[in-house]
Amino acid sequence: MNRTARGDGGGGGGEVKLALRGVSMVFQGDAGRVPTLDAIDLEVRRGELVCILGPSGCGKSTLLNIVAGFIAPTSGEVRIDGEPVRGPDPRRIFVFQERGVFPWLTVEGNIGFGLGGLPGAERRARIDRYVELVGLRDFEHTYPHELSGGMKQRLEVARALAVEPDVLYLDEPFGALDSITRLTMRVELLRIWEAERKTILFVTHDIEESVQLADRVVVLSARPARITRIVEIDIPHPRDLSSPRYLELRDGIFEEIGVAHRI
Amino acid sequence: MKAFRRGGVTESPRRSVIAPLRRMLPLTGVSALLLGWSLAAHLAGAHTLPGPGKVARAIVELTERGLLLRFAVASLFRVTWGYLLAVAVAVPLGLCLGLLQRAERTLNPLLQILRPISPLAWIPLAILWFGVGDLSAIFIIFIASALPLTVTTINAVHLVPRVHLDAGRNFGLGPLALVRRVVYPAVLPQLIGGLRLALGIAWLVVVAAEMIAVNSGLGFLIIDARNAGDRYDLVVAGMVLIGLIGLVLDAGMRRLERLPSLRWGFGAARAAR
Repeated sequence: MNRTARGDGGGGGGEVKLALRGVSMVFQGDAGRVPTLDAIDLEVRRGELVCILGPSGCGKSTLLNIVAGFIAPTSGEVRIDGEPVRGPDPRRIFVFQERGVFPWLTVEGNIGFGLGGLPGAERRARIDRYVELVGLRDFEHTYPHELSGGMKQRLEVARALAVEPDVLYLDEPFGALDSITRLTMRVELLRIWEAERKTILFVTHDIEESVQLADRVVVLSARPARITRIVEIDIPHPRDLSSPRYLELRDGIFEEIGVAHRI
Repeated sequence: MKAFRRGGVTESPRRSVIAPLRRMLPLTGVSALLLGWSLAAHLAGAHTLPGPGKVARAIVELTERGLLLRFAVASLFRVTWGYLLAVAVAVPLGLCLGLLQRAERTLNPLLQILRPISPLAWIPLAILWFGVGDLSAIFIIFIASALPLTVTTINAVHLVPRVHLDAGRNFGLGPLALVRRVVYPAVLPQLIGGLRLALGIAWLVVVAAEMIAVNSGLGFLIIDARNAGDRYDLVVAGMVLIGLIGLVLDAGMRRLERLPSLRWGFGAARAAR
Protein backbone atom coordinates (compact mmCIF):
# COMPACT_ATOMS: atom_id res chain seq x y z
CA MET A 1 0.00 0.00 0.00
CA ASN A 2 1.37 3.33 -0.93
CA ARG A 3 1.70 5.11 2.34
CA THR A 4 1.71 8.84 1.96
CA ALA A 5 3.35 10.42 4.93
CA ARG A 6 2.55 14.01 4.20
CA GLY A 7 -0.84 15.32 3.31
CA ASP A 8 0.10 18.25 1.13
CA GLY A 9 -0.45 16.29 -2.01
CA GLY A 10 -2.73 18.87 -3.57
CA GLY A 11 -2.13 21.18 -6.48
CA GLY A 12 -2.73 24.89 -5.99
CA GLY A 13 -1.03 26.71 -3.14
CA GLY A 14 -3.02 28.47 -0.44
CA GLU A 15 -1.88 28.96 3.13
CA VAL A 16 -2.06 26.12 5.61
CA LYS A 17 -4.97 26.54 7.98
CA LEU A 18 -4.76 23.38 9.95
CA ALA A 19 -1.86 21.01 10.50
CA LEU A 20 -1.70 17.65 12.22
CA ARG A 21 1.72 16.33 13.20
CA GLY A 22 2.11 12.72 14.28
CA VAL A 23 -1.28 12.58 15.96
CA SER A 24 -1.69 9.23 17.71
CA MET A 25 -4.35 8.02 20.07
CA VAL A 26 -4.38 5.01 22.35
CA PHE A 27 -7.47 4.37 24.44
CA GLN A 28 -7.22 2.55 27.73
CA GLY A 29 -10.13 0.13 27.65
CA ASP A 30 -11.17 -2.73 29.92
CA ALA A 31 -9.52 -5.13 27.51
CA GLY A 32 -6.25 -3.23 27.58
CA ARG A 33 -4.71 -0.69 25.24
CA VAL A 34 -6.66 0.10 22.09
CA PRO A 35 -4.46 1.88 19.56
CA THR A 36 -6.87 3.98 17.51
CA LEU A 37 -4.88 6.52 15.53
CA ASP A 38 -1.35 5.92 14.29
CA ALA A 39 0.80 8.96 13.54
CA ILE A 40 -1.57 11.01 11.42
CA ASP A 41 0.07 13.84 9.46
CA LEU A 42 -2.15 16.15 7.48
CA GLU A 43 -2.30 19.71 6.26
CA VAL A 44 -5.49 21.47 5.27
CA ARG A 45 -5.44 24.77 3.41
CA ARG A 46 -7.66 27.72 4.15
CA GLY A 47 -11.03 27.38 2.47
CA GLU A 48 -10.46 23.76 1.54
CA LEU A 49 -13.10 21.04 1.88
CA VAL A 50 -11.38 17.85 2.98
CA CYS A 51 -13.19 14.57 3.50
CA ILE A 52 -11.80 12.04 5.93
CA LEU A 53 -12.93 8.66 4.69
CA GLY A 54 -12.60 5.36 6.46
CA PRO A 55 -14.46 2.21 7.44
CA SER A 56 -16.83 2.33 10.41
CA GLY A 57 -15.06 2.28 13.74
CA CYS A 58 -11.67 3.14 12.28
CA GLY A 59 -11.20 6.15 14.52
CA LYS A 60 -12.08 8.94 12.12
CA SER A 61 -14.52 10.47 14.58
CA THR A 62 -11.83 10.30 17.24
CA LEU A 63 -9.55 12.15 14.88
CA LEU A 64 -12.12 14.88 14.35
CA ASN A 65 -12.74 15.15 18.10
CA ILE A 66 -9.01 15.62 18.63
CA VAL A 67 -8.77 18.29 15.95
CA ALA A 68 -11.77 20.05 17.53
CA GLY A 69 -10.09 19.97 20.94
CA PHE A 70 -12.65 17.78 22.73
CA ILE A 71 -10.05 15.13 23.47
CA ALA A 72 -6.28 15.38 23.74
CA PRO A 73 -4.20 13.01 21.60
CA THR A 74 -1.85 10.53 23.26
CA SER A 75 0.96 12.07 21.24
CA GLY A 76 1.41 14.54 18.43
CA GLU A 77 -0.23 17.89 18.05
CA VAL A 78 -2.77 19.86 16.06
CA ARG A 79 -2.00 23.44 15.06
CA ILE A 80 -4.47 25.89 13.64
CA ASP A 81 -3.06 29.12 12.21
CA GLY A 82 0.19 28.01 13.81
CA GLU A 83 -1.28 27.85 17.32
CA PRO A 84 -1.60 24.50 19.11
CA VAL A 85 -5.19 23.41 19.83
CA ARG A 86 -5.85 23.18 23.58
CA GLY A 87 -9.62 22.86 23.67
CA PRO A 88 -12.83 23.64 21.83
CA ASP A 89 -13.04 27.14 20.42
CA PRO A 90 -15.97 29.14 18.99
CA ARG A 91 -13.85 29.99 15.95
CA ARG A 92 -14.12 26.35 14.95
CA ILE A 93 -17.51 24.71 15.28
CA PHE A 94 -18.24 21.01 15.40
CA VAL A 95 -21.47 19.88 13.76
CA PHE A 96 -22.75 16.65 15.25
CA GLN A 97 -25.33 14.63 13.43
CA GLU A 98 -28.63 16.43 13.94
CA ARG A 99 -28.53 15.28 17.59
CA GLY A 100 -26.56 18.38 18.47
CA VAL A 101 -29.45 20.86 18.27
CA PHE A 102 -30.85 21.92 21.63
CA PRO A 103 -34.41 20.60 21.91
CA TRP A 104 -35.41 23.21 24.49
CA LEU A 105 -34.72 26.11 22.13
CA THR A 106 -36.66 27.16 19.04
CA VAL A 107 -34.99 27.38 15.63
CA GLU A 108 -34.26 31.01 16.40
CA GLY A 109 -32.93 30.22 19.87
CA ASN A 110 -30.63 27.54 18.50
CA ILE A 111 -29.19 29.74 15.76
CA GLY A 112 -28.70 32.56 18.25
CA PHE A 113 -27.12 30.29 20.86
CA GLY A 114 -23.54 31.39 20.23
CA LEU A 115 -24.42 35.03 19.65
CA GLY A 116 -24.85 36.12 23.27
CA GLY A 117 -22.10 38.70 22.99
CA LEU A 118 -23.67 40.63 20.12
CA PRO A 119 -25.94 43.67 20.52
CA GLY A 120 -29.63 42.90 19.97
CA ALA A 121 -30.06 44.31 16.48
CA GLU A 122 -26.95 42.67 15.12
CA ARG A 123 -27.91 39.36 16.70
CA ARG A 124 -31.33 39.64 15.12
CA ALA A 125 -29.83 40.33 11.70
CA ARG A 126 -27.39 37.44 12.01
CA ILE A 127 -30.15 34.98 12.99
CA ASP A 128 -32.24 36.25 10.09
CA ARG A 129 -29.46 35.76 7.61
CA TYR A 130 -28.78 32.17 8.57
CA VAL A 131 -32.44 31.23 8.87
CA GLU A 132 -32.65 32.34 5.26
CA LEU A 133 -29.43 30.64 4.18
CA VAL A 134 -30.50 27.19 5.35
CA GLY A 135 -34.11 27.61 4.22
CA LEU A 136 -35.85 27.63 7.61
CA ARG A 137 -37.85 30.80 7.01
CA ASP A 138 -41.26 30.62 8.77
CA PHE A 139 -39.92 28.03 11.20
CA GLU A 140 -38.16 30.53 13.48
CA HIS A 141 -40.44 29.78 16.42
CA THR A 142 -40.64 26.04 15.87
CA TYR A 143 -39.04 23.59 18.28
CA PRO A 144 -36.71 20.92 16.87
CA HIS A 145 -39.01 18.02 17.71
CA GLU A 146 -41.45 19.44 15.19
CA LEU A 147 -38.83 19.48 12.42
CA SER A 148 -37.81 16.70 10.05
CA GLY A 149 -34.33 15.16 10.24
CA GLY A 150 -33.03 17.17 7.30
CA MET A 151 -34.36 20.42 8.76
CA LYS A 152 -32.71 19.67 12.11
CA GLN A 153 -29.46 19.03 10.31
CA ARG A 154 -29.66 22.34 8.48
CA LEU A 155 -30.53 24.03 11.76
CA GLU A 156 -27.36 22.71 13.31
CA VAL A 157 -25.31 23.89 10.35
CA ALA A 158 -26.96 27.32 10.66
CA ARG A 159 -26.17 27.48 14.38
CA ALA A 160 -22.54 26.71 13.57
CA LEU A 161 -22.29 29.23 10.73
CA ALA A 162 -24.00 31.99 12.73
CA VAL A 163 -20.95 32.52 14.96
CA GLU A 164 -18.93 32.99 11.75
CA PRO A 165 -16.27 30.38 12.46
CA ASP A 166 -13.22 29.88 10.21
CA VAL A 167 -13.52 26.12 10.33
CA LEU A 168 -16.39 23.65 10.36
CA TYR A 169 -16.02 20.08 11.56
CA LEU A 170 -18.72 17.79 10.23
CA ASP A 171 -18.96 14.31 11.72
CA GLU A 172 -20.99 12.14 9.35
CA PRO A 173 -23.54 14.92 9.35
CA PHE A 174 -25.92 13.29 6.90
CA GLY A 175 -25.53 9.72 8.13
CA ALA A 176 -28.94 9.56 9.78
CA LEU A 177 -30.87 10.95 6.82
CA ASP A 178 -32.61 9.05 4.04
CA SER A 179 -30.73 8.83 0.76
CA ILE A 180 -32.76 11.49 -1.07
CA THR A 181 -32.47 14.04 1.72
CA ARG A 182 -28.79 13.19 1.93
CA LEU A 183 -28.24 14.17 -1.70
CA THR A 184 -30.14 17.42 -1.24
CA MET A 185 -28.10 18.19 1.85
CA ARG A 186 -24.84 17.72 -0.07
CA VAL A 187 -25.98 20.21 -2.67
CA GLU A 188 -26.95 22.59 0.15
CA LEU A 189 -23.62 22.17 1.86
CA LEU A 190 -21.72 22.94 -1.33
CA ARG A 191 -23.89 25.99 -1.91
CA ILE A 192 -23.23 27.24 1.62
CA TRP A 193 -19.52 26.42 1.34
CA GLU A 194 -19.29 28.36 -1.90
CA ALA A 195 -21.07 31.31 -0.30
CA GLU A 196 -19.04 31.33 2.93
CA ARG A 197 -15.73 29.71 1.97
CA LYS A 198 -15.08 28.09 5.33
CA THR A 199 -12.41 25.49 5.81
CA ILE A 200 -14.34 22.24 6.19
CA LEU A 201 -13.26 18.92 7.60
CA PHE A 202 -15.88 16.34 6.78
CA VAL A 203 -15.81 12.83 8.23
CA THR A 204 -17.70 10.14 6.35
CA HIS A 205 -17.71 6.44 5.59
CA ASP A 206 -19.51 7.04 2.30
CA ILE A 207 -17.13 6.90 -0.67
CA GLU A 208 -19.56 8.52 -3.11
CA GLU A 209 -20.24 11.31 -0.69
CA SER A 210 -16.55 12.07 -0.27
CA VAL A 211 -15.89 12.18 -4.03
CA GLN A 212 -18.94 14.37 -4.60
CA LEU A 213 -17.95 16.94 -2.00
CA ALA A 214 -14.25 17.10 -1.35
CA ASP A 215 -11.29 18.93 -2.77
CA ARG A 216 -9.25 16.11 -1.34
CA VAL A 217 -10.23 12.77 0.16
CA VAL A 218 -8.06 11.45 2.98
CA VAL A 219 -8.39 7.68 3.03
CA LEU A 220 -7.85 6.02 6.40
CA SER A 221 -7.09 2.35 7.07
CA ALA A 222 -8.93 0.17 9.56
CA ARG A 223 -7.91 0.58 13.21
CA PRO A 224 -5.39 1.75 14.18
CA ALA A 225 -6.06 4.32 11.50
CA ARG A 226 -3.24 5.49 9.25
CA ILE A 227 -3.54 7.64 6.15
CA THR A 228 -3.29 5.21 3.27
CA ARG A 229 -3.77 7.73 0.52
CA ILE A 230 -4.84 11.26 -0.21
CA VAL A 231 -6.86 11.64 -3.39
CA GLU A 232 -7.15 14.99 -5.13
CA ILE A 233 -10.63 15.40 -6.63
CA ASP A 234 -9.83 17.65 -9.57
CA ILE A 235 -13.38 18.05 -10.88
CA PRO A 236 -14.97 21.48 -10.65
CA HIS A 237 -18.40 21.90 -9.06
CA PRO A 238 -21.11 21.16 -10.02
CA ARG A 239 -19.81 17.65 -10.53
CA ASP A 240 -21.24 15.31 -13.13
CA LEU A 241 -21.71 12.03 -11.28
CA SER A 242 -21.53 10.01 -14.47
CA SER A 243 -18.42 11.63 -15.93
CA PRO A 244 -15.50 9.26 -16.59
CA ARG A 245 -13.21 11.23 -14.27
CA TYR A 246 -15.68 11.01 -11.38
CA LEU A 247 -16.07 7.27 -11.86
CA GLU A 248 -12.33 6.82 -12.17
CA LEU A 249 -11.63 8.64 -8.91
CA ARG A 250 -14.45 6.89 -7.11
CA ASP A 251 -13.35 3.45 -8.30
CA GLY A 252 -9.78 4.23 -7.34
CA ILE A 253 -10.91 4.81 -3.77
CA PHE A 254 -13.08 1.69 -3.80
CA GLU A 255 -9.97 -0.26 -4.72
CA GLU A 256 -7.84 1.54 -2.18
CA ILE A 257 -10.23 0.57 0.58
CA GLY A 258 -10.29 -2.93 -0.79
CA VAL A 259 -13.97 -3.41 -1.44
CA ALA A 260 -15.47 -4.59 -4.67
CA HIS A 261 -18.19 -2.30 -5.99
CA ARG A 262 -20.10 -5.00 -7.72
CA ILE A 263 -23.17 -6.45 -6.04
CA MET B 1 -40.23 20.16 4.36
CA LYS B 2 -43.46 18.24 4.56
CA ALA B 3 -42.79 16.03 7.54
CA PHE B 4 -43.10 18.63 10.30
CA ARG B 5 -45.76 18.61 12.98
CA ARG B 6 -46.52 15.02 12.29
CA GLY B 7 -47.89 14.39 15.78
CA GLY B 8 -50.42 17.19 15.64
CA VAL B 9 -51.76 16.38 12.22
CA THR B 10 -52.48 12.71 12.80
CA GLU B 11 -53.75 12.98 16.33
CA SER B 12 -56.09 15.94 16.43
CA PRO B 13 -59.05 14.48 14.51
CA ARG B 14 -59.09 11.35 16.60
CA ARG B 15 -58.74 13.32 19.77
CA SER B 16 -61.74 15.53 18.96
CA VAL B 17 -64.01 12.50 18.68
CA ILE B 18 -62.88 10.94 21.92
CA ALA B 19 -62.44 14.09 23.96
CA PRO B 20 -65.95 14.47 25.44
CA LEU B 21 -66.07 10.80 26.26
CA ARG B 22 -62.66 10.94 27.83
CA ARG B 23 -63.65 13.85 30.02
CA MET B 24 -66.54 11.75 31.36
CA LEU B 25 -64.29 8.93 32.53
CA PRO B 26 -62.85 10.56 35.69
CA LEU B 27 -66.36 11.69 36.70
CA THR B 28 -67.58 8.15 36.29
CA GLY B 29 -64.76 6.93 38.51
CA VAL B 30 -65.57 9.46 41.24
CA SER B 31 -69.27 8.62 41.07
CA ALA B 32 -68.53 4.93 41.40
CA LEU B 33 -66.34 5.65 44.41
CA LEU B 34 -69.07 7.70 46.11
CA LEU B 35 -71.64 5.03 45.37
CA GLY B 36 -69.45 2.23 46.72
CA TRP B 37 -68.63 4.33 49.75
CA SER B 38 -72.33 5.01 50.52
CA LEU B 39 -73.13 1.37 50.12
CA ALA B 40 -70.29 0.27 52.37
CA ALA B 41 -71.23 2.87 55.01
CA HIS B 42 -74.82 1.70 54.89
CA LEU B 43 -73.87 -1.94 55.31
CA ALA B 44 -71.21 -1.40 57.97
CA GLY B 45 -73.11 1.18 59.98
CA ALA B 46 -72.18 4.79 60.64
CA HIS B 47 -69.98 3.86 63.61
CA THR B 48 -67.55 1.83 61.50
CA LEU B 49 -67.54 4.02 58.39
CA PRO B 50 -69.17 7.45 58.16
CA GLY B 51 -70.91 7.84 54.80
CA PRO B 52 -70.41 10.65 52.25
CA GLY B 53 -73.35 12.65 53.55
CA LYS B 54 -72.05 12.67 57.09
CA VAL B 55 -68.56 13.59 55.92
CA ALA B 56 -69.93 16.41 53.78
CA ARG B 57 -71.73 17.79 56.84
CA ALA B 58 -68.46 17.50 58.77
CA ILE B 59 -66.71 19.55 56.11
CA VAL B 60 -69.42 22.17 56.34
CA GLU B 61 -69.00 22.17 60.13
CA LEU B 62 -65.25 22.67 59.75
CA THR B 63 -65.83 25.54 57.36
CA GLU B 64 -68.28 27.21 59.73
CA ARG B 65 -65.93 26.91 62.68
CA GLY B 66 -63.18 28.45 60.51
CA LEU B 67 -61.03 25.39 61.04
CA LEU B 68 -60.93 24.25 57.42
CA LEU B 69 -59.20 27.33 56.12
CA ARG B 70 -56.94 27.61 59.19
CA PHE B 71 -55.78 23.98 59.10
CA ALA B 72 -55.42 23.85 55.33
CA VAL B 73 -53.37 27.04 55.38
CA ALA B 74 -51.26 25.71 58.27
CA SER B 75 -50.47 22.51 56.35
CA LEU B 76 -49.80 24.34 53.10
CA PHE B 77 -47.56 26.82 54.90
CA ARG B 78 -45.34 24.01 56.22
CA VAL B 79 -45.29 22.21 52.90
CA THR B 80 -44.42 25.40 51.03
CA TRP B 81 -41.45 26.21 53.23
CA GLY B 82 -40.15 22.66 53.61
CA TYR B 83 -40.53 22.05 49.89
CA LEU B 84 -39.02 25.34 48.70
CA LEU B 85 -36.08 24.81 51.02
CA ALA B 86 -35.65 21.31 49.62
CA VAL B 87 -35.77 22.60 46.04
CA ALA B 88 -33.28 25.36 46.83
CA VAL B 89 -30.81 22.86 48.26
CA ALA B 90 -31.46 19.69 46.25
CA VAL B 91 -31.46 21.09 42.71
CA PRO B 92 -28.10 22.92 42.87
CA LEU B 93 -26.63 20.05 44.88
CA GLY B 94 -27.90 17.51 42.36
CA LEU B 95 -26.54 19.55 39.44
CA CYS B 96 -23.11 19.78 41.10
CA LEU B 97 -22.96 16.12 42.07
CA GLY B 98 -24.18 15.08 38.63
CA LEU B 99 -21.40 17.04 36.97
CA LEU B 100 -18.56 16.41 39.40
CA GLN B 101 -17.87 12.73 39.42
CA ARG B 102 -15.54 12.85 42.39
CA ALA B 103 -17.97 14.77 44.59
CA GLU B 104 -20.67 12.29 43.67
CA ARG B 105 -18.49 9.32 44.57
CA THR B 106 -17.84 10.94 47.93
CA LEU B 107 -21.42 11.81 48.81
CA ASN B 108 -23.29 8.99 47.13
CA PRO B 109 -22.95 6.47 49.99
CA LEU B 110 -24.32 9.07 52.38
CA LEU B 111 -27.32 9.68 50.14
CA GLN B 112 -27.93 5.98 49.74
CA ILE B 113 -27.86 5.42 53.51
CA LEU B 114 -30.20 8.31 54.23
CA ARG B 115 -32.66 7.42 51.49
CA PRO B 116 -34.19 4.24 52.94
CA ILE B 117 -34.77 5.92 56.32
CA SER B 118 -38.43 6.88 56.44
CA PRO B 119 -38.75 10.64 56.95
CA LEU B 120 -41.07 9.84 59.83
CA ALA B 121 -38.15 8.31 61.71
CA TRP B 122 -36.77 11.85 61.95
CA ILE B 123 -39.76 13.06 63.96
CA PRO B 124 -38.28 12.45 67.43
CA LEU B 125 -35.03 14.17 66.50
CA ALA B 126 -36.93 16.99 64.83
CA ILE B 127 -38.89 17.59 68.03
CA LEU B 128 -35.72 17.38 70.10
CA TRP B 129 -33.97 19.96 67.91
CA PHE B 130 -36.82 22.28 66.94
CA GLY B 131 -39.50 21.62 69.57
CA VAL B 132 -43.18 21.05 68.86
CA GLY B 133 -44.07 23.51 66.12
CA ASP B 134 -43.80 24.54 62.52
CA LEU B 135 -40.05 24.22 62.36
CA SER B 136 -40.13 20.49 63.16
CA ALA B 137 -42.71 19.82 60.47
CA ILE B 138 -40.81 21.94 57.95
CA PHE B 139 -37.60 20.06 58.74
CA ILE B 140 -39.25 16.69 58.19
CA ILE B 141 -40.79 17.81 54.89
CA PHE B 142 -37.41 19.14 53.84
CA ILE B 143 -35.69 15.82 54.54
CA ALA B 144 -38.47 13.85 52.88
CA SER B 145 -38.48 15.79 49.61
CA ALA B 146 -34.81 16.89 49.34
CA LEU B 147 -33.35 13.38 49.17
CA PRO B 148 -35.38 12.01 46.24
CA LEU B 149 -35.09 15.33 44.45
CA THR B 150 -31.30 15.28 44.74
CA VAL B 151 -31.13 11.75 43.39
CA THR B 152 -33.49 12.57 40.51
CA THR B 153 -31.42 15.62 39.59
CA ILE B 154 -28.15 13.66 39.64
CA ASN B 155 -29.62 10.99 37.39
CA ALA B 156 -31.05 13.61 35.05
CA VAL B 157 -27.63 15.24 34.69
CA HIS B 158 -26.09 11.88 33.85
CA LEU B 159 -28.59 11.53 31.01
CA VAL B 160 -27.68 14.83 29.35
CA PRO B 161 -26.30 13.83 25.94
CA ARG B 162 -22.57 14.35 25.60
CA VAL B 163 -23.06 16.15 22.31
CA HIS B 164 -25.04 18.89 24.07
CA LEU B 165 -22.26 19.46 26.58
CA ASP B 166 -19.64 19.42 23.82
CA ALA B 167 -21.70 21.81 21.71
CA GLY B 168 -22.05 24.18 24.66
CA ARG B 169 -18.30 24.13 25.30
CA ASN B 170 -17.66 24.59 21.59
CA PHE B 171 -19.61 27.85 21.68
CA GLY B 172 -17.25 29.06 24.34
CA LEU B 173 -19.29 28.48 27.51
CA GLY B 174 -17.41 28.30 30.80
CA PRO B 175 -18.51 25.87 33.54
CA LEU B 176 -21.15 28.17 35.06
CA ALA B 177 -22.61 29.23 31.73
CA LEU B 178 -22.64 25.60 30.67
CA VAL B 179 -24.76 24.69 33.69
CA ARG B 180 -27.10 27.63 33.19
CA ARG B 181 -27.53 27.40 29.43
CA VAL B 182 -27.15 23.69 28.69
CA VAL B 183 -27.30 21.37 31.70
CA TYR B 184 -30.18 23.09 33.47
CA PRO B 185 -32.53 23.35 30.47
CA ALA B 186 -31.56 19.83 29.42
CA VAL B 187 -32.56 18.31 32.77
CA LEU B 188 -35.63 20.49 33.25
CA PRO B 189 -38.25 18.04 31.93
CA GLN B 190 -36.97 15.30 34.20
CA LEU B 191 -36.54 17.79 36.98
CA ILE B 192 -40.21 18.75 36.68
CA GLY B 193 -41.04 15.07 37.10
CA GLY B 194 -38.85 14.99 40.20
CA LEU B 195 -40.39 18.20 41.54
CA ARG B 196 -43.84 16.76 41.08
CA LEU B 197 -42.87 13.58 42.88
CA ALA B 198 -41.22 15.51 45.71
CA LEU B 199 -44.27 17.73 46.18
CA GLY B 200 -46.40 14.59 46.44
CA ILE B 201 -44.05 13.23 49.09
CA ALA B 202 -44.06 16.55 50.96
CA TRP B 203 -47.83 16.51 51.07
CA LEU B 204 -47.84 12.90 52.27
CA VAL B 205 -45.35 13.64 55.01
CA VAL B 206 -46.90 16.85 56.34
CA VAL B 207 -49.92 14.90 57.52
CA ALA B 208 -47.81 12.43 59.45
CA ALA B 209 -45.63 15.18 60.89
CA GLU B 210 -48.68 17.11 62.04
CA MET B 211 -50.05 14.09 63.84
CA ILE B 212 -47.09 14.19 66.18
CA ALA B 213 -45.09 17.36 66.01
CA VAL B 214 -47.63 20.21 65.94
CA ASN B 215 -51.07 21.31 67.14
CA SER B 216 -52.64 22.47 63.90
CA GLY B 217 -53.06 21.42 60.30
CA LEU B 218 -54.99 18.67 58.55
CA GLY B 219 -52.90 15.90 60.07
CA PHE B 220 -53.59 17.29 63.53
CA LEU B 221 -57.27 17.51 62.66
CA ILE B 222 -57.38 13.79 61.91
CA ILE B 223 -55.55 12.64 65.02
CA ASP B 224 -57.37 15.17 67.24
CA ALA B 225 -60.81 14.23 65.94
CA ARG B 226 -60.10 10.64 66.87
CA ASN B 227 -58.57 11.34 70.28
CA ALA B 228 -61.09 13.98 71.35
CA GLY B 229 -64.29 12.08 70.94
CA ASP B 230 -64.21 9.51 68.17
CA ARG B 231 -65.41 11.97 65.56
CA TYR B 232 -64.68 9.67 62.62
CA ASP B 233 -66.73 11.87 60.32
CA LEU B 234 -64.12 14.57 60.93
CA VAL B 235 -61.32 12.05 60.40
CA VAL B 236 -62.63 11.11 56.97
CA ALA B 237 -63.36 14.77 56.20
CA GLY B 238 -59.70 15.48 56.88
CA MET B 239 -58.70 12.63 54.57
CA VAL B 240 -60.95 13.90 51.79
CA LEU B 241 -59.55 17.41 52.12
CA ILE B 242 -55.97 16.10 51.99
CA GLY B 243 -56.79 14.17 48.86
CA LEU B 244 -58.44 17.13 47.16
CA ILE B 245 -55.64 19.56 47.97
CA GLY B 246 -53.07 16.99 46.81
CA LEU B 247 -54.95 16.68 43.55
CA VAL B 248 -54.87 20.44 43.01
CA LEU B 249 -51.13 20.62 43.80
CA ASP B 250 -50.36 17.83 41.35
CA ALA B 251 -52.53 19.37 38.64
CA GLY B 252 -50.56 22.59 39.07
CA MET B 253 -47.27 20.75 38.59
CA ARG B 254 -48.62 18.96 35.55
CA ARG B 255 -49.39 22.25 33.89
CA LEU B 256 -45.67 22.98 33.93
CA GLU B 257 -45.08 19.95 31.74
CA ARG B 258 -47.02 21.65 28.99
CA LEU B 259 -44.76 24.71 28.72
CA PRO B 260 -43.54 24.94 25.12
CA SER B 261 -39.86 24.90 26.07
CA LEU B 262 -40.42 21.71 28.08
CA ARG B 263 -42.76 19.79 25.82
CA TRP B 264 -39.88 18.14 23.97
CA GLY B 265 -39.11 16.14 27.09
CA PHE B 266 -42.61 14.76 27.46
CA GLY B 267 -45.21 13.44 25.04
CA ALA B 268 -44.57 15.69 22.06
CA ALA B 269 -41.03 14.51 21.42
CA ARG B 270 -42.16 10.92 21.40
CA ALA B 271 -45.15 11.62 19.19
CA ALA B 272 -43.05 13.46 16.61
CA ARG B 273 -40.48 10.73 16.29
